[in-house]
Amino acid sequence: MSDMSGNSLHYHYIVPGDDFTQAGAASSAVKQILKQLGLNPQTIRKMSISLYEGEINMVIHAGGGEIDVDIDDKKIVAVLTDYGPGIEDVDLAMQAGWSTASEQVRGLGFGAGMGLPNMKKYSDELIINTTVGAGTKVTIVVNIEN
Amino acid sequence: MSEYFHSVTLDKDACRGCITCVKRCPTEAIRVRNGKAQITGERCIDCGECIRVCPHHAKLAVTDPLSSIERFKYKVVLPPPSLFGQYKRQEDLELIRAALRRLGFDEVYEVAAAAELVSDATRRLMEQGTLNKPVISSACPAVLRLIRIRFPQLLENVLPLSAPMEVAARLARDQAVSETGIAFITPCPAKVTAIKNPMGTEKSSVDLAISVSEIYPALLSAMNKCAKEGTGPDTAQSGRTGLSWGNSGGEAAATFTVRYLAADGIENVINVLEEMEGDRLSDQDFVELNACPAGCVGGVLNIENPYVAATRMKHLRNYRPVACNNIEGKAIPEEILWDAEVKPISALRLDPLPQHSMKMMREIEEIESKLYGLDCGSCGAPSCRALAEDIVLGHSTEDACIYLLKDKVEAVRASMLSLKLDSRDKSGDKPCV
Repeated sequence: MSDMSGNSLHYHYIVPGDDFTQAGAASSAVKQILKQLGLNPQTIRKMSISLYEGEINMVIHAGGGEIDVDIDDKKIVAVLTDYGPGIEDVDLAMQAGWSTASEQVRGLGFGAGMGLPNMKKYSDELIINTTVGAGTKVTIVVNIEN
Repeated sequence: MSEYFHSVTLDKDACRGCITCVKRCPTEAIRVRNGKAQITGERCIDCGECIRVCPHHAKLAVTDPLSSIERFKYKVVLPPPSLFGQYKRQEDLELIRAALRRLGFDEVYEVAAAAELVSDATRRLMEQGTLNKPVISSACPAVLRLIRIRFPQLLENVLPLSAPMEVAARLARDQAVSETGIAFITPCPAKVTAIKNPMGTEKSSVDLAISVSEIYPALLSAMNKCAKEGTGPDTAQSGRTGLSWGNSGGEAAATFTVRYLAADGIENVINVLEEMEGDRLSDQDFVELNACPAGCVGGVLNIENPYVAATRMKHLRNYRPVACNNIEGKAIPEEILWDAEVKPISALRLDPLPQHSMKMMREIEEIESKLYGLDCGSCGAPSCRALAEDIVLGHSTEDACIYLLKDKVEAVRASMLSLKLDSRDKSGDKPCV
């Protein structure tokens, strides 16, 4: 889904919670669009990996949420909004290997504690706004280099 | 040869314009236009899915007739490993080898023998630790072309070695006298394209591609005669390692790595490449990918059911040594290495200029939002999204959508009905005052 306002492209995705079969669908769709735009493969890689991690996080921890992606000729901005439990200690969550994922989720091969560290690693800017008990808003920015 | 030669082609008379192939093409390369299927050469990877699914047998693979070997004075044939799974009642490799000689070939060079050298070279390269992991097999030309089009970033993980067919042809060429013709017996159209339009080298050493289905009956009758008369001494050239390349997983197992993955069938291959692109398979050392189900035994030009053929090959392998071919000396022979770069193909991007692409993408989204999202295929494109792309690229119009057309007709009908016509008397008489 998209609207055509201004000079940018805007896409909106709904991420269902606790549905691992569909996890990654939004980041996969965004990747396809970026490929059609003919962007630098490294830019595509950065955005699709960090968005995938964010999308999976929403499914595992927050019962799903929404993703808004804006693309203009300078950057790609993805805003991931959820109404889940929030992150108690963001600094701790940013550490590689640290996770609150359940045993069941880990059994599915997720929850290795690399989500946020990978998002940090692959994005040019990562902003986390979180309120315990209310939800989390994660903004991922990847600059377009050609 | 033109840049986009393809083995897969259309028999226009047989095509009924249904959308079976359009829907199944993994690269969305087919459209039905003017009642006939059209293949976009730039996007086609010659995987043969359309040949497999066409209910009217309108999709063909261009190959060479068996008689074409007569052009050459000295004839070499390259049977692929999968050929040995095609026939019943085979005790060893020699029966097929003898039958091929009986058909007029002067020399039989097993592709499986070359595969063993490629396996050896792969192990050496992986030991050197200079390759990007996970290493992706380069043997299936349909997969390699798919990577060039859809996953160009993964080209840096592709094993820079020639496919066993090419290596076999080069080695046979090195030993051959002049006026030699080298014929590959091909299980798939992708190999034919790889001969006419090679990747990793400028020119293929293979001269002809004869399909398994073409040679099958002649070879069967030659095998029957050879079985009666006896086949003479065993001259088989390959062991279990090389023969196992005919099945999915054979090449990967021969790398002797612990962490490897083998996927077969084009949809599965695409899923694995998506995972790799997302950096989610970084714990693997080697990834073997075959476009056909079960591997080369599943090639669309084969006769036998792929799983029956795979079982037969397993029995045949039991009587063979582990391997019969190894690289002598330290260096990997140049016959095995790529001698030309394999480059990305930009068939997916809308326009070379990103600004133009952005504008086109906005138009695509706008058109797509007007379409019904049924993906019915009646317009000849695989999905509403694909139709929107075609319209923006100038290949189609909104009228191709029967639902939009119906809305248009309905609007015309409604406006016709709402017309209040002035009931002027046509007799010409002046109205009475």
